[in-house]
Amino acid sequence: MSSRFPRRAGFAALALLALVACEREQRELRTPPSGAATVPTIRVGGIVPGPAGALPDSIPTGPAAEDRTSPYEENAYAISEGKRLYSWMNCIGCHGEGGGAIGPALMDQTWIYGGSPANIYATIVEGRPNGMPSFGGRLTDDDVWKLVAYVRSMSAQPSKAARPGRNDDMQTKKSEQRELRKATNESSSPDGTRPQ
Amino acid sequence: MPAEDAGPRVSLIVRSVAVALALGFVAVPTSGQSPRDGDWPMASKDYANTRYSDLAEITADNVSTLRVAWTFSTGVVRGQEAAPLVVGSTMYIVTPYPNRLFALDLAQGGALKWTYDPKPQSSSQGVACCDVVNRGAAYSDGTIYFNTLDAHTVAVDAATGQEKWRTQMGDINIGESMTMAPLVVKDRVLVGVSGGEFGVRGWAAGLDAKTGEVAWRAYSTGPDKEVLIGPDFKPFYEMDRGKDLGVKTWPPGTWQIGGGTVWGFMAYDPELDLVYYGTGNPGPWAPHQREGDNKWTTGVFARRPGDGSARWFYQTGPHDLFDWDGINESILVTLKLGGQDRKVMLRPERNGFLYVIDRATGEVLSATPYGFVNAAKGVDLKSGRLQPVAEKEPQVNKVVRDICPAAPGAKDWNPSAWSPRTQLLYIPHNNLCMDFEEQGGNYIAGTPFVGAKVKFVKGRGGFGGLFTAWDPVKQQKAWELPDEFPVWSGALATAGDVVFYGTLSGYFRAVDARSGKVLWQFKAGSGIIGQPITYRGPDGQQYVAVLSGVGGWAGGVVSGDLDVRDSTAGNGWGTAAHDLPQRTTKGGTLYVFALP
Repeated sequence: MSSRFPRRAGFAALALLALVACEREQRELRTPPSGAATVPTIRVGGIVPGPAGALPDSIPTGPAAEDRTSPYEENAYAISEGKRLYSWMNCIGCHGEGGGAIGPALMDQTWIYGGSPANIYATIVEGRPNGMPSFGGRLTDDDVWKLVAYVRSMSAQPSKAARPGRNDDMQTKKSEQRELRKATNESSSPDGTRPQ
Repeated sequence: MPAEDAGPRVSLIVRSVAVALALGFVAVPTSGQSPRDGDWPMASKDYANTRYSDLAEITADNVSTLRVAWTFSTGVVRGQEAAPLVVGSTMYIVTPYPNRLFALDLAQGGALKWTYDPKPQSSSQGVACCDVVNRGAAYSDGTIYFNTLDAHTVAVDAATGQEKWRTQMGDINIGESMTMAPLVVKDRVLVGVSGGEFGVRGWAAGLDAKTGEVAWRAYSTGPDKEVLIGPDFKPFYEMDRGKDLGVKTWPPGTWQIGGGTVWGFMAYDPELDLVYYGTGNPGPWAPHQREGDNKWTTGVFARRPGDGSARWFYQTGPHDLFDWDGINESILVTLKLGGQDRKVMLRPERNGFLYVIDRATGEVLSATPYGFVNAAKGVDLKSGRLQPVAEKEPQVNKVVRDICPAAPGAKDWNPSAWSPRTQLLYIPHNNLCMDFEEQGGNYIAGTPFVGAKVKFVKGRGGFGGLFTAWDPVKQQKAWELPDEFPVWSGALATAGDVVFYGTLSGYFRAVDARSGKVLWQFKAGSGIIGQPITYRGPDGQQYVAVLSGVGGWAGGVVSGDLDVRDSTAGNGWGTAAHDLPQRTTKGGTLYVFALP
């Protein structure tokens, strides 16, 4: 029993190798519905063609289902690690501290390529055509998910208990006063002076 | 231009001269004036970078009646920094990314003649530090030359819009992009690279105008042979002399990612056969990561256009501390100084000083603050060195506050204009201070290499910018006009003694060149950061044109939809430009004005 099993496994491995070795000729005989396998929720479009409810059960819809793809959504330690990586990997150079610069703002509610954890993961790994570099292969999967968790925290998606504090170093006022300033921004005086 | 154009052109000139005489204007000829004085063949109008036109139909007396003649939408709502070109009866405009080139028929009220689309890589938008701008094209000998954001130089037939050649000059994967307007000198197309915030090793290059082959490339850092420094290199100051300073004034190896990019306006003196251009900031911004003078960043080069060989260099900012690029334009003029005529260049520098430099030798004759400066004590004319103020020097992980001027300088890229009639330099510029925190940067090719956090605020007086008329002989301002925001447009001077500029909030203004009185203004669709020009149309009339479309570094808050709750948004503008989204929206429209 114990001696036969490895032999059988060896045959299976050879057969598999034979199949895999002919990469060019490889065929998928039963193709899964798109998006159902490893990357379940990379859905940037808001329109899903066809009758409602016709999606296979395996394709998650709705935020709760999407969130399960992120291992660190409410993990304070991972989010703070993500914040460190955000600086180290120079994300900060393009997106600032969430306000954006070369790249878009991340602290607002606008997501060009989708704001679910899986969307953000894909954006970081794959890059995007209008300038977002592809970091695939430059970071471990784990680190990407930490970055995802931090990026989402900028627009207050995870609960406040898990979010790190915003950087105060460039501020001249305490954060309580900044909240006030934010509120009065909309009605700043016409001569352009900023309420302090 | 085709030969058949010569006839109508001559008659136009005759007609306009007759008009000028009839109206009693005195034509003041300037050196190097081409016969096509009604044209605008390069971004700065002429090799001396004056942006001064002899056209004098529009005057202080009649400018109040100026009205829109026609408009054109560029179809791109990003920062429009370009100068339109006018050659004969055609206008040429190059847009921000995707860098389309439009030819407009001036005889048909600006109707579109043709479009050339260079199709730059869309990923190049990710390596453009300060919006996806382009500063314009250059015309020479039937050809339009310009650069694309993905670092190609292209030549397009001015009559047909057919591509003549296209040369890849850089690689976006290491952060190289191109935004400057080329300068064409004889058979050389002179261009340079952008990307000082990406650890790019800066360079300028001369291409063969006929074939697009790279004749020379001169780096701004590294060994002398790659900087094209040879036996004829004679810098005026001791600090700029020595072998391989582009290597020795850096920590080992860091010159390879040291910046010194070339993206401003070049100038050319035909008598000395010297081309002048400035080099950008060293990288990263964090100064403790690059101890030393960081040659040949933040200074001005004089080179032979034919082979690129360096003749002199002067470093306006040895070991730059604050991103004070040396790329600002050099305006070549002759001034009466100490009783004799001196061939000088005027440089309104980012660091806040207006330099008058002997353009044959590189000797600084004077350097006077034209804006508020508290981060430098002055320029020591003996050593040529900028004198820093110790308490404003960056420290690692400490926020140093109230550094004036801010990183965009007392003036950024946006070019000044010189009127030989008033002998004044018209400077559109900033009134900004900043808080600066040095943190240190990681170099990852193709990503920003800055290593500092900055926050700009409006400067003394609570306003963001100024339009200043400067007397370089008296070394003082003649007058100035404050503005709510930094003045990020170019300036235009005319023989009608009217000067023009635009504001970030979208006003295009005509100002009396002598008194500074605002004579006329027009509210454009979007903020103005373009370079105004004037030209004589096929009907013999004088026109003024400017692109409206907010953006660039200062206007990126609007063009990039940034969130100003982050005070560092847009690499520093979250505070100083926080109210700009309440004043203007995105746009991309050419406005052309004429008298009724």
